[in-house]
Amino acid sequence: MTSAASAQEDRSAAIAAAAASIPQGERFVDFDGVWLAYDPTLLARGEFAVEDISLSTRPGEFIAIVGPSGCGKSTFMKLATGLKMPSRGNIRIGGQAVTGPLKIVGMAFQAPTLLPWRTTLDNVLLPLEIVEPYRSQFRARREEFAERARRLLRTVGLQGYEDKFPWQLSGGMQQRASICRALIHEPRMLLLDEPFGALDAFTREELWNVLRDLWTEQRFNVILVTHDLREAVYLADTVYVMSKRPGRLVERRGIDLPRPRDLEITYTPQFTDIVHELRARIGAIRKT
Amino acid sequence: MNSSATEKFAPLILLIGIIAIWQAVCSLFNVSEFIFPSPIQIVHALFDLWGAIMGHAWRTFWTTMVGFGISIAVGVVLGFIIGSSRFAYAAMYPLMTAFNALPKAAFVPILVVWFGIGIGPAILTAFLISFFPIMVNIATGLATLEPELEDVLRVLGARRLDVLIKVGLPRTMPYFFASLKVAITLAFVGTTVSEMSASNEGIGYLLISAGSAMKMPLAFAGLLVVAVMAMAMYEFFSYIERHTTAWAHRGQGAH
Repeated sequence: MTSAASAQEDRSAAIAAAAASIPQGERFVDFDGVWLAYDPTLLARGEFAVEDISLSTRPGEFIAIVGPSGCGKSTFMKLATGLKMPSRGNIRIGGQAVTGPLKIVGMAFQAPTLLPWRTTLDNVLLPLEIVEPYRSQFRARREEFAERARRLLRTVGLQGYEDKFPWQLSGGMQQRASICRALIHEPRMLLLDEPFGALDAFTREELWNVLRDLWTEQRFNVILVTHDLREAVYLADTVYVMSKRPGRLVERRGIDLPRPRDLEITYTPQFTDIVHELRARIGAIRKT
Repeated sequence: MNSSATEKFAPLILLIGIIAIWQAVCSLFNVSEFIFPSPIQIVHALFDLWGAIMGHAWRTFWTTMVGFGISIAVGVVLGFIIGSSRFAYAAMYPLMTAFNALPKAAFVPILVVWFGIGIGPAILTAFLISFFPIMVNIATGLATLEPELEDVLRVLGARRLDVLIKVGLPRTMPYFFASLKVAITLAFVGTTVSEMSASNEGIGYLLISAGSAMKMPLAFAGLLVVAVMAMAMYEFFSYIERHTTAWAHRGQGAH
Protein backbone atom coordinates (compact mmCIF):
# COMPACT_ATOMS: atom_id res chain seq x y z
CA MET A 1 0.00 0.00 0.00
CA THR A 2 2.70 2.48 0.97
CA SER A 3 4.83 1.52 -1.98
CA ALA A 4 1.82 1.91 -4.27
CA ALA A 5 1.14 5.30 -2.71
CA SER A 6 4.71 6.42 -3.17
CA ALA A 7 4.72 5.14 -6.74
CA GLN A 8 1.67 7.30 -7.29
CA GLU A 9 3.45 10.28 -5.73
CA ASP A 10 6.24 9.75 -8.24
CA ARG A 11 3.80 9.67 -11.14
CA SER A 12 2.00 12.80 -10.01
CA ALA A 13 5.34 14.53 -9.65
CA ALA A 14 6.28 13.39 -13.16
CA ILE A 15 3.03 14.78 -14.59
CA ALA A 16 3.56 18.09 -12.81
CA ALA A 17 7.12 18.17 -14.09
CA ALA A 18 5.91 17.54 -17.65
CA ALA A 19 3.45 20.40 -17.24
CA ALA A 20 6.22 22.66 -15.98
CA SER A 21 8.53 21.67 -18.82
CA ILE A 22 6.51 23.69 -21.32
CA PRO A 23 7.75 27.28 -21.14
CA GLN A 24 5.27 29.66 -19.54
CA GLY A 25 4.71 31.70 -22.68
CA GLU A 26 3.94 28.67 -24.83
CA ARG A 27 1.19 27.16 -22.72
CA PHE A 28 -2.33 27.28 -24.03
CA VAL A 29 -4.15 25.38 -21.32
CA ASP A 30 -2.44 25.75 -17.98
CA PHE A 31 -3.83 24.12 -14.83
CA ASP A 32 -1.67 24.74 -11.79
CA GLY A 33 -2.56 22.73 -8.69
CA VAL A 34 -6.32 22.94 -9.27
CA TRP A 35 -8.81 21.58 -6.72
CA LEU A 36 -12.57 21.85 -6.89
CA ALA A 37 -15.27 21.14 -4.34
CA TYR A 38 -18.77 21.76 -5.64
CA ASP A 39 -20.09 23.74 -2.67
CA PRO A 40 -18.85 25.25 0.61
CA THR A 41 -20.15 22.31 2.70
CA LEU A 42 -18.19 19.82 0.63
CA LEU A 43 -15.17 22.11 0.74
CA ALA A 44 -15.33 22.25 4.54
CA ARG A 45 -15.50 18.47 4.69
CA GLY A 46 -12.57 18.23 2.28
CA GLU A 47 -14.57 16.34 -0.35
CA PHE A 48 -13.22 17.36 -3.72
CA ALA A 49 -14.45 16.38 -7.16
CA VAL A 50 -10.98 16.84 -8.62
CA GLU A 51 -7.71 17.16 -6.72
CA ASP A 52 -4.40 18.75 -7.50
CA ILE A 53 -4.72 18.88 -11.28
CA SER A 54 -1.61 20.23 -12.97
CA LEU A 55 -1.37 20.08 -16.72
CA SER A 56 -0.23 22.24 -19.59
CA THR A 57 -0.73 21.98 -23.31
CA ARG A 58 1.06 23.56 -26.22
CA PRO A 59 -1.01 25.67 -28.61
CA GLY A 60 -2.90 23.44 -31.04
CA GLU A 61 -2.34 20.33 -28.97
CA PHE A 62 -4.96 17.59 -28.95
CA ILE A 63 -5.27 16.04 -25.53
CA ALA A 64 -7.56 13.27 -24.32
CA ILE A 65 -8.59 12.53 -20.77
CA VAL A 66 -9.61 9.00 -20.00
CA GLY A 67 -10.75 7.37 -16.80
CA PRO A 68 -13.47 5.29 -15.20
CA SER A 69 -16.95 6.79 -15.26
CA GLY A 70 -17.79 9.29 -12.55
CA CYS A 71 -14.14 10.23 -12.15
CA GLY A 72 -14.48 13.96 -12.49
CA LYS A 73 -13.83 14.22 -16.22
CA SER A 74 -16.90 16.38 -16.67
CA THR A 75 -15.80 18.52 -13.73
CA PHE A 76 -12.55 19.06 -15.56
CA MET A 77 -14.57 20.29 -18.54
CA LYS A 78 -16.48 22.77 -16.41
CA LEU A 79 -13.20 24.13 -15.07
CA ALA A 80 -11.62 24.41 -18.51
CA THR A 81 -14.59 26.41 -19.82
CA GLY A 82 -14.79 28.73 -16.84
CA LEU A 83 -18.27 27.51 -15.91
CA LYS A 84 -16.84 26.57 -12.51
CA MET A 85 -14.15 28.41 -10.59
CA PRO A 86 -11.53 26.28 -8.83
CA SER A 87 -11.59 26.11 -5.03
CA ARG A 88 -7.81 26.19 -5.03
CA GLY A 89 -5.14 26.70 -7.67
CA ASN A 90 -5.04 28.66 -10.91
CA ILE A 91 -6.28 28.10 -14.43
CA ARG A 92 -4.99 30.07 -17.38
CA ILE A 93 -6.28 29.55 -20.90
CA GLY A 94 -4.55 31.22 -23.84
CA GLY A 95 -2.36 33.21 -21.44
CA GLN A 96 -5.37 34.72 -19.60
CA ALA A 97 -6.46 33.87 -16.09
CA VAL A 98 -9.94 32.33 -16.26
CA THR A 99 -12.49 34.48 -14.48
CA GLY A 100 -15.78 33.43 -16.10
CA PRO A 101 -17.26 31.57 -19.07
CA LEU A 102 -14.80 31.48 -21.96
CA LYS A 103 -16.20 32.55 -25.28
CA ILE A 104 -13.22 31.14 -27.17
CA VAL A 105 -14.54 27.67 -26.39
CA GLY A 106 -16.90 25.41 -28.31
CA MET A 107 -18.48 22.40 -26.64
CA ALA A 108 -20.13 19.18 -27.74
CA PHE A 109 -21.52 16.36 -25.61
CA GLN A 110 -22.63 12.77 -25.88
CA ALA A 111 -26.20 13.96 -26.46
CA PRO A 112 -26.27 16.17 -29.58
CA THR A 113 -28.71 18.59 -27.83
CA LEU A 114 -29.87 20.08 -31.12
CA LEU A 115 -33.05 22.16 -30.95
CA PRO A 116 -35.85 20.17 -32.61
CA TRP A 117 -37.69 23.24 -33.90
CA ARG A 118 -34.67 24.52 -35.83
CA THR A 119 -33.27 23.16 -39.06
CA THR A 120 -29.73 21.81 -39.10
CA LEU A 121 -28.50 25.09 -40.55
CA ASP A 122 -30.27 27.20 -37.92
CA ASN A 123 -28.98 24.93 -35.17
CA VAL A 124 -25.43 25.46 -36.34
CA LEU A 125 -26.02 29.22 -36.49
CA LEU A 126 -27.30 29.40 -32.90
CA PRO A 127 -23.95 30.35 -31.29
CA LEU A 128 -23.58 33.27 -33.68
CA GLU A 129 -26.90 34.65 -32.40
CA ILE A 130 -25.45 34.72 -28.91
CA VAL A 131 -21.71 35.28 -28.88
CA GLU A 132 -20.20 38.69 -29.57
CA PRO A 133 -19.06 40.13 -31.95
CA TYR A 134 -21.30 38.04 -34.24
CA ARG A 135 -24.43 38.71 -32.23
CA SER A 136 -24.71 42.39 -33.06
CA GLN A 137 -23.90 41.75 -36.73
CA PHE A 138 -26.16 38.75 -37.09
CA ARG A 139 -29.02 40.41 -38.95
CA ALA A 140 -26.83 42.33 -41.34
CA ARG A 141 -24.47 39.47 -42.18
CA ARG A 142 -26.89 36.56 -41.94
CA GLU A 143 -26.29 35.36 -45.51
CA GLU A 144 -22.55 35.37 -45.03
CA PHE A 145 -22.83 33.44 -41.76
CA ALA A 146 -25.24 30.96 -43.33
CA GLU A 147 -22.73 30.38 -46.12
CA ARG A 148 -20.04 29.73 -43.54
CA ALA A 149 -22.31 27.23 -41.78
CA ARG A 150 -23.07 25.48 -45.08
CA ARG A 151 -19.36 25.21 -45.80
CA LEU A 152 -18.74 23.72 -42.37
CA LEU A 153 -21.61 21.26 -42.79
CA ARG A 154 -20.15 20.27 -46.15
CA THR A 155 -16.79 19.44 -44.59
CA VAL A 156 -18.45 16.99 -42.20
CA GLY A 157 -20.49 15.42 -44.99
CA LEU A 158 -23.86 16.99 -44.24
CA GLN A 159 -24.47 18.73 -47.56
CA GLY A 160 -28.10 18.34 -48.54
CA TYR A 161 -29.23 18.14 -44.92
CA GLU A 162 -29.09 21.86 -44.14
CA ASP A 163 -32.85 22.30 -44.17
CA LYS A 164 -33.74 19.03 -42.47
CA PHE A 165 -34.81 18.95 -38.85
CA PRO A 166 -32.70 17.10 -36.27
CA TRP A 167 -35.24 14.32 -35.87
CA GLN A 168 -34.91 13.59 -39.57
CA LEU A 169 -31.19 12.87 -39.14
CA SER A 170 -29.49 9.74 -37.83
CA GLY A 171 -27.59 9.82 -34.53
CA GLY A 172 -24.23 10.13 -36.29
CA MET A 173 -25.48 13.00 -38.46
CA GLN A 174 -26.86 14.81 -35.42
CA GLN A 175 -23.49 14.50 -33.73
CA ARG A 176 -21.76 15.92 -36.82
CA ALA A 177 -24.12 18.87 -36.71
CA SER A 178 -23.46 19.27 -33.00
CA ILE A 179 -19.71 19.47 -33.67
CA CYS A 180 -20.35 22.06 -36.38
CA ARG A 181 -22.34 24.08 -33.88
CA ALA A 182 -19.37 23.92 -31.50
CA LEU A 183 -17.02 25.19 -34.23
CA ILE A 184 -19.10 27.84 -36.03
CA HIS A 185 -17.76 30.78 -34.05
CA GLU A 186 -14.19 29.63 -34.78
CA PRO A 187 -13.27 28.91 -31.17
CA ARG A 188 -9.63 28.46 -30.23
CA MET A 189 -10.51 25.49 -28.06
CA LEU A 190 -12.90 22.61 -28.61
CA LEU A 191 -14.16 20.63 -25.62
CA LEU A 192 -15.70 17.27 -26.31
CA ASP A 193 -17.36 15.26 -23.55
CA GLU A 194 -17.70 11.67 -24.77
CA PRO A 195 -19.03 12.96 -28.10
CA PHE A 196 -19.09 9.57 -29.82
CA GLY A 197 -20.21 7.50 -26.83
CA ALA A 198 -23.74 6.86 -28.07
CA LEU A 199 -22.83 5.89 -31.64
CA ASP A 200 -22.30 2.49 -33.21
CA ALA A 201 -18.72 1.38 -33.84
CA PHE A 202 -18.62 2.14 -37.58
CA THR A 203 -20.16 5.57 -37.25
CA ARG A 204 -17.81 6.31 -34.38
CA GLU A 205 -14.72 5.54 -36.46
CA GLU A 206 -16.10 7.64 -39.29
CA LEU A 207 -16.49 10.56 -36.93
CA TRP A 208 -12.99 10.09 -35.54
CA ASN A 209 -11.78 10.89 -39.03
CA VAL A 210 -14.15 13.83 -39.37
CA LEU A 211 -12.71 15.27 -36.16
CA ARG A 212 -9.15 14.45 -37.23
CA ASP A 213 -9.63 16.29 -40.52
CA LEU A 214 -11.23 19.33 -38.92
CA TRP A 215 -8.40 19.53 -36.41
CA THR A 216 -5.68 19.01 -39.01
CA GLU A 217 -7.12 21.84 -41.04
CA GLN A 218 -7.90 24.36 -38.30
CA ARG A 219 -5.49 23.41 -35.49
CA PHE A 220 -7.69 24.46 -32.62
CA ASN A 221 -6.88 23.11 -29.16
CA VAL A 222 -8.86 20.05 -28.26
CA ILE A 223 -9.72 18.48 -24.94
CA LEU A 224 -11.46 15.20 -25.55
CA VAL A 225 -13.00 13.45 -22.57
CA THR A 226 -13.70 9.81 -23.30
CA HIS A 227 -13.61 6.32 -21.87
CA ASP A 228 -12.71 4.78 -25.19
CA LEU A 229 -8.93 4.18 -25.08
CA ARG A 230 -8.63 3.46 -28.80
CA GLU A 231 -10.36 6.73 -29.55
CA ALA A 232 -8.00 8.62 -27.22
CA VAL A 233 -4.83 7.03 -28.64
CA TYR A 234 -5.96 7.40 -32.24
CA LEU A 235 -6.78 11.08 -32.04
CA ALA A 236 -4.70 12.68 -29.30
CA ASP A 237 -1.16 13.98 -28.96
CA THR A 238 -1.21 13.34 -25.24
CA VAL A 239 -3.45 11.09 -23.17
CA TYR A 240 -4.06 11.73 -19.47
CA VAL A 241 -5.51 9.10 -17.19
CA MET A 242 -7.71 10.26 -14.37
CA SER A 243 -8.33 8.25 -11.20
CA LYS A 244 -11.79 7.61 -9.80
CA ARG A 245 -13.28 10.18 -7.45
CA PRO A 246 -11.73 12.33 -6.23
CA GLY A 247 -10.27 12.79 -9.71
CA ARG A 248 -6.50 13.05 -9.96
CA LEU A 249 -4.27 12.78 -12.99
CA VAL A 250 -2.36 9.55 -12.50
CA GLU A 251 -0.70 9.11 -15.86
CA ARG A 252 0.47 11.20 -18.77
CA ARG A 253 1.23 9.38 -21.98
CA GLY A 254 2.58 11.16 -25.04
CA ILE A 255 1.36 9.46 -28.24
CA ASP A 256 4.23 9.54 -30.73
CA LEU A 257 2.43 7.75 -33.54
CA PRO A 258 3.17 9.54 -36.81
CA ARG A 259 0.58 11.83 -38.36
CA PRO A 260 -1.48 11.88 -40.47
CA ARG A 261 -3.00 8.82 -38.84
CA ASP A 262 -5.29 6.46 -40.62
CA LEU A 263 -7.65 3.84 -39.20
CA GLU A 264 -5.15 1.21 -40.38
CA ILE A 265 -2.86 2.34 -37.61
CA THR A 266 -5.28 1.05 -34.99
CA TYR A 267 -4.37 -2.49 -36.04
CA THR A 268 -0.59 -2.06 -35.66
CA PRO A 269 1.23 -3.59 -32.65
CA GLN A 270 2.62 -0.13 -31.81
CA PHE A 271 -0.94 1.18 -31.37
CA THR A 272 -2.29 -1.77 -29.45
CA ASP A 273 0.73 -1.72 -27.11
CA ILE A 274 -0.11 1.82 -26.05
CA VAL A 275 -3.78 0.90 -25.60
CA HIS A 276 -2.81 -2.11 -23.49
CA GLU A 277 -0.49 -0.07 -21.36
CA LEU A 278 -3.20 2.50 -20.64
CA ARG A 279 -5.73 -0.26 -20.11
CA ALA A 280 -3.48 -1.77 -17.43
CA ARG A 281 -3.20 1.60 -15.66
CA ILE A 282 -6.96 2.02 -15.55
CA GLY A 283 -7.39 -1.58 -14.40
CA ALA A 284 -5.04 -0.85 -11.51
CA ILE A 285 -7.04 2.25 -10.54
CA ARG A 286 -10.32 0.41 -10.55
CA LYS A 287 -8.99 -2.19 -8.12
CA THR A 288 -7.84 0.25 -5.44
CA MET B 1 -56.11 3.38 -45.18
CA ASN B 2 -59.28 1.54 -44.36
CA SER B 3 -58.40 1.03 -40.71
CA SER B 4 -57.37 4.67 -40.29
CA ALA B 5 -60.70 5.79 -41.76
CA THR B 6 -62.50 3.51 -39.32
CA GLU B 7 -60.43 4.99 -36.50
CA LYS B 8 -61.38 8.50 -37.54
CA PHE B 9 -65.10 7.76 -37.54
CA ALA B 10 -65.04 5.52 -34.48
CA PRO B 11 -66.18 8.25 -32.03
CA LEU B 12 -69.07 9.18 -34.35
CA ILE B 13 -70.16 5.57 -34.67
CA LEU B 14 -70.00 5.12 -30.90
CA LEU B 15 -72.05 8.30 -30.38
CA ILE B 16 -74.71 7.19 -32.83
CA GLY B 17 -74.81 3.80 -31.13
CA ILE B 18 -75.30 5.34 -27.68
CA ILE B 19 -78.04 7.67 -28.93
CA ALA B 20 -79.80 4.78 -30.65
CA ILE B 21 -79.75 2.65 -27.49
CA TRP B 22 -80.84 5.62 -25.41
CA GLN B 23 -83.76 6.30 -27.74
CA ALA B 24 -84.68 2.62 -27.85
CA VAL B 25 -84.70 2.29 -24.06
CA CYS B 26 -86.84 5.42 -23.62
CA SER B 27 -89.35 4.33 -26.28
CA LEU B 28 -89.52 0.67 -25.25
CA PHE B 29 -90.07 1.29 -21.53
CA ASN B 30 -92.03 4.45 -22.13
CA VAL B 31 -89.83 6.48 -19.77
CA SER B 32 -91.45 9.75 -18.73
CA GLU B 33 -89.70 12.85 -20.07
CA PHE B 34 -89.76 14.27 -16.53
CA ILE B 35 -87.45 11.47 -15.44
CA PHE B 36 -85.21 10.87 -18.43
CA PRO B 37 -85.98 12.51 -21.78
CA SER B 38 -85.23 10.69 -25.00
CA PRO B 39 -82.85 12.18 -27.61
CA ILE B 40 -85.76 13.13 -29.85
CA GLN B 41 -87.47 15.04 -27.03
CA ILE B 42 -84.18 16.82 -26.28
CA VAL B 43 -83.78 17.88 -29.91
CA HIS B 44 -87.38 19.07 -29.90
CA ALA B 45 -86.74 21.22 -26.85
CA LEU B 46 -83.57 22.55 -28.47
CA PHE B 47 -85.38 23.74 -31.59
CA ASP B 48 -88.50 24.99 -29.79
CA LEU B 49 -86.43 27.37 -27.69
CA TRP B 50 -83.54 27.82 -30.14
CA GLY B 51 -83.37 31.61 -29.85
CA ALA B 52 -83.41 31.68 -26.04
CA ILE B 53 -80.91 28.84 -25.72
CA MET B 54 -78.51 30.51 -28.17
CA GLY B 55 -78.74 33.73 -26.15
CA HIS B 56 -77.70 31.88 -22.99
CA ALA B 57 -75.05 29.95 -24.89
CA TRP B 58 -73.50 33.12 -26.27
CA ARG B 59 -73.37 34.59 -22.78
CA THR B 60 -71.66 31.47 -21.40
CA PHE B 61 -69.28 31.41 -24.35
CA TRP B 62 -67.94 34.93 -24.08
CA THR B 63 -67.84 34.82 -20.27
CA THR B 64 -65.73 31.67 -20.54
CA MET B 65 -63.47 33.26 -23.14
CA VAL B 66 -62.81 36.31 -20.96
CA GLY B 67 -62.01 34.08 -17.97
CA PHE B 68 -59.85 31.87 -20.16
CA GLY B 69 -57.99 34.89 -21.53
CA ILE B 70 -57.17 36.01 -18.00
CA SER B 71 -56.06 32.52 -17.10
CA ILE B 72 -53.69 32.36 -20.10
CA ALA B 73 -52.12 35.67 -19.09
CA VAL B 74 -51.80 34.77 -15.41
CA GLY B 75 -50.84 31.14 -16.06
CA VAL B 76 -48.07 32.10 -18.47
CA VAL B 77 -46.61 34.75 -16.18
CA LEU B 78 -46.73 32.55 -13.08
CA GLY B 79 -45.43 29.55 -15.00
CA PHE B 80 -42.58 31.66 -16.32
CA ILE B 81 -41.64 32.81 -12.82
CA ILE B 82 -41.88 29.36 -11.27
CA GLY B 83 -40.12 27.63 -14.15
CA SER B 84 -37.17 29.97 -14.43
CA SER B 85 -36.27 30.31 -10.77
CA ARG B 86 -35.65 27.42 -8.43
CA PHE B 87 -36.38 29.63 -5.45
CA ALA B 88 -39.76 30.70 -6.82
CA TYR B 89 -40.51 27.07 -7.64
CA ALA B 90 -39.74 25.96 -4.08
CA ALA B 91 -41.73 28.82 -2.57
CA MET B 92 -44.81 28.81 -4.78
CA TYR B 93 -45.39 25.28 -5.97
CA PRO B 94 -46.72 23.76 -2.71
CA LEU B 95 -49.07 26.71 -2.21
CA MET B 96 -50.34 26.45 -5.77
CA THR B 97 -50.98 22.74 -5.39
CA ALA B 98 -52.95 23.35 -2.19
CA PHE B 99 -54.94 26.05 -3.95
CA ASN B 100 -55.68 23.76 -6.85
CA ALA B 101 -57.08 21.14 -4.48
CA LEU B 102 -59.81 23.54 -3.32
CA PRO B 103 -63.22 23.04 -4.98
CA LYS B 104 -63.61 26.12 -7.16
CA ALA B 105 -67.42 26.07 -6.82
CA ALA B 106 -66.88 26.98 -3.17
CA PHE B 107 -65.48 30.33 -4.28
CA VAL B 108 -68.73 31.35 -5.97
CA PRO B 109 -70.56 32.59 -2.80
CA ILE B 110 -67.48 34.62 -1.85
CA LEU B 111 -67.20 36.09 -5.34
CA VAL B 112 -70.89 37.00 -5.24
CA VAL B 113 -70.31 39.04 -2.09
CA TRP B 114 -67.45 40.86 -3.79
CA PHE B 115 -68.78 41.31 -7.31
CA GLY B 116 -72.55 40.72 -7.09
CA ILE B 117 -74.68 38.44 -9.24
CA GLY B 118 -73.66 38.37 -12.92
CA ILE B 119 -70.59 38.02 -15.08
CA GLY B 120 -68.01 38.85 -12.37
CA PRO B 121 -68.21 35.56 -10.46
CA ALA B 122 -68.56 33.54 -13.69
CA ILE B 123 -65.45 35.03 -15.30
CA LEU B 124 -63.42 34.63 -12.14
CA THR B 125 -64.53 31.05 -11.52
CA ALA B 126 -63.60 30.14 -15.09
CA PHE B 127 -60.21 31.76 -14.50
CA LEU B 128 -59.59 30.13 -11.11
CA ILE B 129 -60.35 26.66 -12.38
CA SER B 130 -58.32 26.84 -15.59
CA PHE B 131 -55.06 28.72 -14.94
CA PHE B 132 -53.40 25.92 -12.98
CA PRO B 133 -52.71 23.47 -15.84
CA ILE B 134 -51.36 26.31 -17.98
CA MET B 135 -49.02 27.45 -15.21
CA VAL B 136 -47.78 23.93 -14.45
CA ASN B 137 -47.10 23.15 -18.10
CA ILE B 138 -45.17 26.34 -18.74
CA ALA B 139 -43.12 25.78 -15.58
CA THR B 140 -42.39 22.18 -16.52
CA GLY B 141 -41.30 23.12 -20.02
CA LEU B 142 -38.86 25.68 -18.69
CA ALA B 143 -37.57 23.64 -15.76
CA THR B 144 -36.64 20.58 -17.79
CA LEU B 145 -34.01 22.21 -20.02
CA GLU B 146 -31.04 19.95 -20.75
CA PRO B 147 -28.15 21.14 -18.54
CA GLU B 148 -25.64 20.42 -21.34
CA LEU B 149 -27.43 22.76 -23.68
CA GLU B 150 -27.46 25.44 -21.03
CA ASP B 151 -23.69 24.97 -20.61
CA VAL B 152 -23.12 25.30 -24.36
CA LEU B 153 -24.98 28.60 -24.36
CA ARG B 154 -23.59 29.96 -21.11
CA VAL B 155 -20.03 29.41 -22.29
CA LEU B 156 -20.87 31.62 -25.26
CA GLY B 157 -21.83 34.35 -22.83
CA ALA B 158 -25.58 33.85 -23.04
CA ARG B 159 -27.57 35.67 -20.38
CA ARG B 160 -30.46 33.97 -18.63
CA LEU B 161 -32.86 35.90 -20.83
CA ASP B 162 -31.10 34.66 -23.99
CA VAL B 163 -31.47 31.07 -22.88
CA LEU B 164 -35.14 31.64 -22.07
CA ILE B 165 -35.94 33.26 -25.40
CA LYS B 166 -33.84 31.07 -27.69
CA VAL B 167 -34.51 27.76 -26.01
CA GLY B 168 -36.91 27.92 -23.07
CA LEU B 169 -39.87 29.53 -24.81
CA PRO B 170 -39.92 27.52 -28.05
CA ARG B 171 -39.36 24.37 -26.03
CA THR B 172 -42.34 25.22 -23.85
CA MET B 173 -44.79 25.79 -26.71
CA PRO B 174 -45.96 22.17 -27.08
CA TYR B 175 -46.56 21.99 -23.32
CA PHE B 176 -48.43 25.30 -23.52
CA PHE B 177 -50.78 24.25 -26.31
CA ALA B 178 -51.40 20.88 -24.68
CA SER B 179 -52.42 22.71 -21.51
CA LEU B 180 -54.78 25.04 -23.42
CA LYS B 181 -56.81 22.07 -24.57
CA VAL B 182 -57.29 20.91 -20.99
CA ALA B 183 -57.80 24.39 -19.60
CA ILE B 184 -60.53 25.47 -22.04
CA THR B 185 -62.77 22.56 -21.07
CA LEU B 186 -62.19 23.36 -17.38
CA ALA B 187 -63.08 27.00 -18.02
CA PHE B 188 -66.50 25.96 -19.35
CA VAL B 189 -67.04 23.94 -16.19
CA GLY B 190 -66.16 26.98 -14.08
CA THR B 191 -68.50 29.33 -15.92
CA THR B 192 -71.42 26.92 -15.87
CA VAL B 193 -71.05 26.12 -12.18
CA SER B 194 -70.91 29.79 -11.30
CA GLU B 195 -73.94 30.65 -13.44
CA MET B 196 -75.95 28.00 -11.68
CA SER B 197 -75.95 29.90 -8.42
CA ALA B 198 -74.93 33.42 -9.26
CA SER B 199 -76.41 34.57 -12.54
CA ASN B 200 -79.64 35.34 -14.36
CA GLU B 201 -78.17 34.41 -17.71
CA GLY B 202 -76.06 31.74 -19.28
CA ILE B 203 -76.36 27.99 -19.70
CA GLY B 204 -75.81 27.39 -15.98
CA TYR B 205 -78.82 29.55 -15.17
CA LEU B 206 -80.82 27.80 -17.91
CA LEU B 207 -80.00 24.42 -16.36
CA ILE B 208 -81.15 25.49 -12.91
CA SER B 209 -84.37 27.12 -14.06
CA ALA B 210 -85.23 24.23 -16.41
CA GLY B 211 -84.57 21.78 -13.62
CA SER B 212 -86.74 23.57 -11.09
CA ALA B 213 -89.56 23.80 -13.67
CA MET B 214 -89.18 20.04 -14.37
CA LYS B 215 -88.37 20.82 -18.02
CA MET B 216 -85.91 17.98 -18.30
CA PRO B 217 -85.58 18.00 -22.11
CA LEU B 218 -84.56 21.66 -21.91
CA ALA B 219 -81.98 20.93 -19.19
CA PHE B 220 -80.46 18.22 -21.34
CA ALA B 221 -80.47 20.54 -24.34
CA GLY B 222 -78.46 23.00 -22.24
CA LEU B 223 -75.92 20.30 -21.39
CA LEU B 224 -75.67 19.40 -25.05
CA VAL B 225 -74.89 23.01 -25.98
CA VAL B 226 -72.08 23.29 -23.39
CA ALA B 227 -70.61 19.99 -24.56
CA VAL B 228 -70.60 21.15 -28.18
CA MET B 229 -68.96 24.49 -27.32
CA ALA B 230 -66.27 22.86 -25.17
CA MET B 231 -65.50 20.27 -27.78
CA ALA B 232 -65.33 22.82 -30.59
CA MET B 233 -62.83 24.91 -28.61
CA TYR B 234 -60.82 21.81 -27.73
CA GLU B 235 -60.56 20.92 -31.41
CA PHE B 236 -59.65 24.51 -32.24
CA PHE B 237 -56.68 24.55 -29.86
CA SER B 238 -55.74 21.06 -30.93
CA TYR B 239 -55.59 22.34 -34.53
CA ILE B 240 -53.42 25.29 -33.54
CA GLU B 241 -51.14 22.97 -31.58
CA ARG B 242 -50.63 20.66 -34.54
CA HIS B 243 -49.88 23.53 -36.88
CA THR B 244 -47.51 25.54 -34.71
CA THR B 245 -45.49 22.87 -32.97
CA ALA B 246 -45.40 20.09 -35.53
CA TRP B 247 -41.80 19.32 -34.56
CA ALA B 248 -42.99 17.98 -31.22
CA HIS B 249 -45.38 15.53 -32.88
CA ARG B 250 -42.93 13.95 -35.28
CA GLY B 251 -43.67 10.52 -36.50
CA GLN B 252 -47.36 11.33 -36.92
CA GLY B 253 -47.15 11.77 -40.65
CA ALA B 254 -44.51 14.48 -40.40
CA HIS B 255 -42.16 12.85 -42.91
